[in-house]
Amino acid sequence: MNDVLDVALRLIVVFVAFLVLPLVVGQTEHKVMAHMQGRLGPMYAGGFHGWAQLVADGVKFAQKEDIVPADADRRIFQLAPAVALLPYLLVLLAIPIGPSEGAVGQVVDAGIFFVLAVMGVGVLGSLMAGWASANKFSLLGGLRTAAQLLAYELPMLLAAASVAMAAGTVSLPGIIDAFEWWWVPWQIVGALVFFVAGLAELQRPPFDMPVADSEIIFGAYTEYTGLRFALFLLAEYAGIVVLCGLTTVLFLGGWHGPWGADGLGWVWTLLKTAVLAFVVIWLRVTYPRLREDQLQKLSWTLLVPLALAQIALTGIVKVAINQ
Amino acid sequence: MTESLPPTRPRIPGAGLAKGLAVTLRTMTRKTVTEQYPDVQPELPPRTRGVIGLFEENCTVCMLCARECPDWCIYIDSHKETVPAAVEGGRERSRNVLDRFAIDFALCMYCGICIEVCPFDALFWSPEFEYAETDIHELTHERDRLREWMWTVPAPPALDPAAEEPKELAAARKAADKLAAAQAAAAEEPTPGEPTPGESTPGEPTPGEEGPA
Repeated sequence: MNDVLDVALRLIVVFVAFLVLPLVVGQTEHKVMAHMQGRLGPMYAGGFHGWAQLVADGVKFAQKEDIVPADADRRIFQLAPAVALLPYLLVLLAIPIGPSEGAVGQVVDAGIFFVLAVMGVGVLGSLMAGWASANKFSLLGGLRTAAQLLAYELPMLLAAASVAMAAGTVSLPGIIDAFEWWWVPWQIVGALVFFVAGLAELQRPPFDMPVADSEIIFGAYTEYTGLRFALFLLAEYAGIVVLCGLTTVLFLGGWHGPWGADGLGWVWTLLKTAVLAFVVIWLRVTYPRLREDQLQKLSWTLLVPLALAQIALTGIVKVAINQ
Repeated sequence: MTESLPPTRPRIPGAGLAKGLAVTLRTMTRKTVTEQYPDVQPELPPRTRGVIGLFEENCTVCMLCARECPDWCIYIDSHKETVPAAVEGGRERSRNVLDRFAIDFALCMYCGICIEVCPFDALFWSPEFEYAETDIHELTHERDRLREWMWTVPAPPALDPAAEEPKELAAARKAADKLAAAQAAAAEEPTPGEPTPGESTPGEPTPGEEGPA
């Protein structure tokens, strides 16, 4: 009975975090982007500085008619948003935010494998949406998504492999347990590659060619309305939370901080995640969208070699330490 | 082409990217430019072209404004009235009485020509702008409404510190100076032979005093 309660409680907590954190990131994006452009952003919904803007958006989306195009592959079309969203929920389950047993939804021994594999599934949602919509813009968006996935899974995986080599384990809590402060400069290149590749996989600007609205309307999501469209958007923001959380865990030492080690580790995790989420927003506001070929070039000629160099460096340092 | 360009500094890779990030971050710390209009009224400069006010006491129905208006949006009706002679045996005079003065703001393009041409200062810009209507006919403001706008006309802004003196002031000052000079000359007239600096020979105008003041 106690076990059931424990599992239920963990699931509920993770689910609530899954619903709340992306909205917090989204609202922050509204505000930060506005102020970076000299605007105020939403000011009305909810009364105080438009804090309830995304709630209002959600209500609006829920009221809209759910349309499936006549020529669309109905089942796949309707299933795609769930496929895009749910993997991030599963990943969130495996991210440890504190050192104790209770601070992680479920400890997975092969954490890195699980997390990266499941995150890759999220992109399938866009592919399904693009193919099932029976729309040329959707198809183009889906194909660009596929190309992006192929180009950026590799450097992401290599960068994560470098950390796993350094820690000697693929378990996420195990990696943080082995973390030392000097890992940050040691793995900095890998961290940058991982973060950039993650951004590209989430299709966040400046890597948002799959949804480039000035070229292909809204890519794979062109035909979606109402709640299903909202789910795709939610998936993007859940993806930001997951990516920032993972970068924190893998490269920034998770709950390790200069002080407040006992009991307050989760604050460090959340703080680092929040700072990274801010950087994600900051990059979006600052840079224009890359062209499709520039995107591929960045990955294959820069990120992949850098990730490989990082692995070589990790190996050399690791051998030097062990002797 | 390229040889004539000045030598560029060695470029640090990513310097442009960092500069972009700095720009957005700096903008975030600055005050926003958003006007929260329905909640906060905008601060408009005194010469804002919001609406045209009519100071009908000054209007002589000369019709210049109506004739100059490029889109004919000013409507003026008037009649003549005979004013009895002011003195015994004098001549009767006629004067124009304004019956209707209306501006159709649905047609008006806010060029301000009517205000420029008015020789009697009867038309003024007011910064008020909240007079949208649901019926287009209501946008034709009649005489009483145009008169009401006059209460919202702000005082003209002060001249720039380095600006030229207003024409009226310059003329008045010139006349006063001339008068003072004449009085000083008259006061010194009884003691001839004592040369004073600045004294001018009578009949010969001092430079700068030529012509009518």
